[in-house]
Amino acid sequence: MPWLSYQKALNRALFDAMTADDTVFVLGEDVRVAASNVTVGLARRFGPDRVLDTPLSEQGFTSFATGAAMAGMRPVIEFQIPALLFLSFEQIVNHAHKFSLMTGGQCQVPVTYVVPGSGSRTGWAGQHSDHPYSLFAHVGVKTVVPATPTDAYGLLRSSVEDPDPVVVFAPAAALGVREDVDLATLAPVPLGSGRIHRHGADVTVVAVGHLVHDAIAVADDLAGSVSVEVFDPRTLYPFDWDGLTESVRRTGRLVVVDDANRTCGIAAEVIATMAERVRLAAPPVRVTRPDGAVLPFSIELDRATQPSRAQLAAAVALTVKER
Amino acid sequence: MTDSTVDSTVGTAVGLYRTVRLVRRFEERAVELVRSGDIVGGIHPYIGQEAVAAGVCAALGPDDLVTGTHRGHGHVLAKGADPARMMAELTGRVTGLNQGRGGSMHAADFGVGILGANAIVGASGAIATGAAWARRRLGAPVVAATFFGDGAVNEGMLLESFNLAALWRVPVVFVCENNGYATTMRVEDAVAGSITGRAEAFGIPAATVDGQDPAAVLAATRDAVARARAGEGPTFLECRTRRFDAHHTFEHKVRLRYRTDEADLRTRDPVDIQGARLDGTTRSEVDSEVEAVLDEAVAFALGSPFPDPLTALDHLYASGLTPRPGSDV
Repeated sequence: MPWLSYQKALNRALFDAMTADDTVFVLGEDVRVAASNVTVGLARRFGPDRVLDTPLSEQGFTSFATGAAMAGMRPVIEFQIPALLFLSFEQIVNHAHKFSLMTGGQCQVPVTYVVPGSGSRTGWAGQHSDHPYSLFAHVGVKTVVPATPTDAYGLLRSSVEDPDPVVVFAPAAALGVREDVDLATLAPVPLGSGRIHRHGADVTVVAVGHLVHDAIAVADDLAGSVSVEVFDPRTLYPFDWDGLTESVRRTGRLVVVDDANRTCGIAAEVIATMAERVRLAAPPVRVTRPDGAVLPFSIELDRATQPSRAQLAAAVALTVKER
Repeated sequence: MTDSTVDSTVGTAVGLYRTVRLVRRFEERAVELVRSGDIVGGIHPYIGQEAVAAGVCAALGPDDLVTGTHRGHGHVLAKGADPARMMAELTGRVTGLNQGRGGSMHAADFGVGILGANAIVGASGAIATGAAWARRRLGAPVVAATFFGDGAVNEGMLLESFNLAALWRVPVVFVCENNGYATTMRVEDAVAGSITGRAEAFGIPAATVDGQDPAAVLAATRDAVARARAGEGPTFLECRTRRFDAHHTFEHKVRLRYRTDEADLRTRDPVDIQGARLDGTTRSEVDSEVEAVLDEAVAFALGSPFPDPLTALDHLYASGLTPRPGSDV
């Protein structure tokens, strides 16, 4: 079977979405030449009218897409760097997200915002390395963080088909992940459904995005002593609370690894919800970026602010200490 | 509608008068309902600026689009929304245009091309631009008019939409309602350069229009709409107008001292300017008809039920996703 990279999976999802539906179009900065590689070949296949290079006007073109969506089209915006979501946060949250309710259901705003290269890209420093997915979950904008190529394909297809705004974070550290897949089996993955990558009996590790691969590696390393279940929520909002509850009820222990700042992060919400639903056998542990982290430039500093496999292994050990 | 022999077709002298009169009296009735407590949260009265909405919307067809502002009742009524459902929206009733989910600052009626008032200054220019571009792309030769105040011309987001509309020749008319004040700040103290100069910087033709005269606004908008329909892109109209009433009805209780134009504020009243173009009999027939429409609107609104609190987050997601409640108990 062919090897499919995560990046190619996103490209293939856009290609298939644009083939399936004439109202889907892509806009963003440098998308015709595909500076981020995700829109490769789209302009040649679908023409410049469906692949719009925009001026550097993120607020303007984000709301342009909102208007286009309200008028019947399905825009897909590519943001080259995650920080552009801070710039366009008002347009996404205060307009795109609110119009359905505020108009009493008179309109839909089916816009997809894709960030190919969220989180640290290694050495891109303070303004290019954030992972602001928890902000969108907090305000209730549908938020997707795929970990694998098949999920990247499937979740992006579902996001484009969804009638509401959806933000798709494609972590930089996952873009190079490859998977041996039968391309004919690629299919939409519903939003709001988690996935257990590895079954285990002692502790549930909830891992977000690229950290799923770290969690699997740590689970493999610990296989002789601890049986670790790796739960990948895939969608942070809506979250598959029932799927996670089922896992945590079985294991009784919970660790969350999340490459975003600690306060009010998705890890906090996961732990709060499990504490409400399940009587845990040990206090839960989270491994995140520090509070208020700004990623420093120098490589060791960059790495020091992100969750590590060593921290995750230590967290797992802490939860199973007393059995 | 009451029986009437008067032809108030949109765009005729009578039609323009009917619209400015309807908006004026609607707003006066709405202010009464704010005072009686039937409209909670207050409103931003459009009183004094009626000629702008009336003139612009008279140049548009039913499929054309508009986006409005927090001071948006005039835009909604002039574009053809039902005054009764609009009043029901302001009073928070389930029969309102937005089922009571939007209120004064978010009234929308997609059935007649009203994509919604928007409470964030300068925000809807890009939305209107995108909507007009999309409809054109989907094969509908429509034009969008987007209203904003003088305060919005210093918002970067609006200036970005000028650039996009000009670059992509989007059929949009940018309508600046310059009423002299951004809340309490005088336009002279807020705008460096000129208002029309902002549009001209993007190569967008710009004109300054007497915003107290519905016929003048209509004539200027007709030219702009013709350009847009011919594929020549956006036009900018600065309509010089006057807000007769407060920025918001909270000022009726808390007097703010900032106006320097109180003395001659009402000397150019759009209702009188257009009314003078009608004979007395016609004018009073229109006035009676409008009053009957508004009596009916207020009765409809106050007689309508409030939405069920259990439906508070209905329509949050078009997909039907139900959000978690604030508590599990």
